[in-house]
Amino acid sequence: MLTAAIVAILVTMFLALIRTFLGPTEYDRMLAANSFGTKTVLLIALGGYALSWNSFLDVALLYALLNFVGTIAVMRFFEYRNAPEEGNGPESAA
Amino acid sequence: MTAVLESLSSLCLLLGGVLCITGGVGLLRMPDFFSRVHASGVTDTLAAPLLLIGLLLQMEWSLDSVKVILILMLVLATNPTATHAMAKATLHGGQQPLVFDDEESTGGEDTSKP
Repeated sequence: MLTAAIVAILVTMFLALIRTFLGPTEYDRMLAANSFGTKTVLLIALGGYALSWNSFLDVALLYALLNFVGTIAVMRFFEYRNAPEEGNGPESAA
Repeated sequence: MTAVLESLSSLCLLLGGVLCITGGVGLLRMPDFFSRVHASGVTDTLAAPLLLIGLLLQMEWSLDSVKVILILMLVLATNPTATHAMAKATLHGGQQPLVFDDEESTGGEDTSKP
């Protein structure tokens, strides 16, 4: 059953990758990339246990943190890119 | 006891895998960004804990289980936040949700798509 879950995660990663290359706007690409990152965390956790790697959960934890921070950073860039002259940047608008 | 845990773990992994694929298909086939956010974000938030709980029930209790619980809580906290930030940034970026007017059709004659 672990193998079935890993195959399901791989199929989902493939679908998210198609949306990443296909997406009409940059928001679609970022959404698909975020979904891909979450699935990567799950793949590392399940696949590392199935292959009995050594410290796979540390890698998964770090990847989850990096994925979240990267998504938030890119989305703030998208949000404030179009209006750079209003106020003094993101601090005045937040 | 072991058989119960094994079957429970299999159930969690199977449900999580099905939800995972559902989210992927929704991400690929939905017509609009906001419906794609809905399809992807909601299923991710349920699929990741189900898969991690399925993994947690298979391994024996050790420090690794604590790490799995930590990943679970992290995913549960950060995934809705990231989805919300993406939807907000998209809305501020000028994208409008795809709307089908139902109010005109209730008083008028037919359902009309804009």
